[in-house]
Amino acid sequence: MEAIWAFIQQHIDIFYIVILSIFLGIEVISRVPSVLHTPLMSGANAIHGVVIIGAIIVMGKAEPGNYVALILGFLAVILGTLNVVGGFVVTDRMLEMFKQKKK
Amino acid sequence: MQDSLLSIIYLVGSVTFIIGLKMLSAPTTARKGNLVAAAGMALAVFGTIFLYREGDTRLHNYGWIFSALVIGSVVGVLAAKKVKMTAMPEMVSMFNGMGGACAGLISIIEFNHMQHAGGAASVGMLLTIVLGLIIGSVSFAGSIIAWGKLNGKIKDKSFSGQHIFNLLILGVIVVIAAVLVGQFVPNLQTTLFYVLTALALVYGILFVLPIGGADMPVVISLLNSFTGVAAACGGFLYNNPVMLTGGILVGSAGTILTILMCKAMNRSLKNVLIGSFGGGSGSSAGGGAQQQGNYKEISINDTAVLLAYANKVMIVPGYGLAVAQAQHVCHELESLLEERGVEVKYAIHPVAGRMPGHMNVLLAEADVSYDKLLEMEQANSEFATTDAVLILGANDVVNPAAKTDPGSPIYGMPILEVEKAKAVIVNKRSMKPGYAGIENELFFQPKTSMLFGDAKQVLQQLATEIKQV
Repeated sequence: MEAIWAFIQQHIDIFYIVILSIFLGIEVISRVPSVLHTPLMSGANAIHGVVIIGAIIVMGKAEPGNYVALILGFLAVILGTLNVVGGFVVTDRMLEMFKQKKK
Repeated sequence: MQDSLLSIIYLVGSVTFIIGLKMLSAPTTARKGNLVAAAGMALAVFGTIFLYREGDTRLHNYGWIFSALVIGSVVGVLAAKKVKMTAMPEMVSMFNGMGGACAGLISIIEFNHMQHAGGAASVGMLLTIVLGLIIGSVSFAGSIIAWGKLNGKIKDKSFSGQHIFNLLILGVIVVIAAVLVGQFVPNLQTTLFYVLTALALVYGILFVLPIGGADMPVVISLLNSFTGVAAACGGFLYNNPVMLTGGILVGSAGTILTILMCKAMNRSLKNVLIGSFGGGSGSSAGGGAQQQGNYKEISINDTAVLLAYANKVMIVPGYGLAVAQAQHVCHELESLLEERGVEVKYAIHPVAGRMPGHMNVLLAEADVSYDKLLEMEQANSEFATTDAVLILGANDVVNPAAKTDPGSPIYGMPILEVEKAKAVIVNKRSMKPGYAGIENELFFQPKTSMLFGDAKQVLQQLATEIKQV
């Protein structure tokens, strides 16, 4: 219990970020026309690909001899990249179609 | 200096995510918004690679990192470029699963690292690692099942008492996680950790497996927000603000999006997640009991004449259109009719297809003009002045039972009130009920005529006929 309190104390700024982000996310999304639900979901999907940064850090910290960490990290970076790159490209493809016939 | 540069890069990254999401929610700025977020992501990724340092040590293993980045990018771009518009939902689900798996793997590596480092682990660290593992694994397994369901590889499956069984697994997961984080049995930490991983994967599978295919969009959206939270756990772990803001933003936005989707179907999230159990048998019993009245068929010729001499035609697209890849022929038919002076519009139900907005994307691909697509309320007010409604592979979204039959599983869902129009033509492949598995009395109404066949073939034939009328 003590440890948890200490943890919250130490990271109080993070808790602020979390809470503000939650409200921000709700605020940003709630006025979306249903037309854009699919592209939006896809765009959000690409954004949570930020996990890739964690994967890069893990990979970059792994000692050269630690093959388990290297292989798993390698895999994690690939999967994260797939999420990010694929996500943004798919979203762009969807939205590109909205554009061209707009006139 | 480098540290503060990286902090600023992260700050810029977080801001681009917020602006990107904001811009994504308006049609005119959406595409730019996506690019803004992508640029922020690239900045954050390369900033991390070159500037990140822990104490005085920089990251190494650049060879591994870059080859993984290249492999991921090439495969990702190819997959995203090659996927058909109709398969978009399952592609999103697949990418989401990759993100979840990535979060899970990070947790596994960090846990191993911690075990090797020895000494007492901080509770906070352990908690975020375990949370990231559970949420990431559930999201990964669930997304893969959702992907399989949408492309028809996996059928709906449930066994009696599965609901309780699922809750039981979830309970066990919580207990093991608590033991693990509290470090009550220090010798068993590693074993418990892998048991937990396995259970989380099993839970992800069992969680999605019984949910009907029609509800997959809601599930994908929910899993999407799960992955967001898993990413945010990583942000906690590394004290990394972009991961944190990005993850939480997606977590909360995804949750809201999920709720919006449920609202469009007039169901609660609980109902979607739990209602599927047993709901299948109940609804089919109800459907079977309903009158199997007579329906009348209409020929291609007659349909062509009817449409060609109408003043106003409303097209109601559904999943059938997507499956048949008929969007281009549909646009061709629309142009032919317009040339003859017929006013053609599309009535888009918010949940038509397998994802909200699915139909819009599909029709946009075929160059159908944006202002021809009417949202539900607008369409409903125009049906009364419509001469002919052409329903292409849509079923549940035009089922009057949603308004009239309180016993129906879709009762209360807002529908397109096509029966207000003078004539209704329904194109379906057969009389089989739609995704919700219920009979549609619209098909037996005197105004309605059935035009059986694959949407694409039927539309092609219709187009040829109309040219000759």
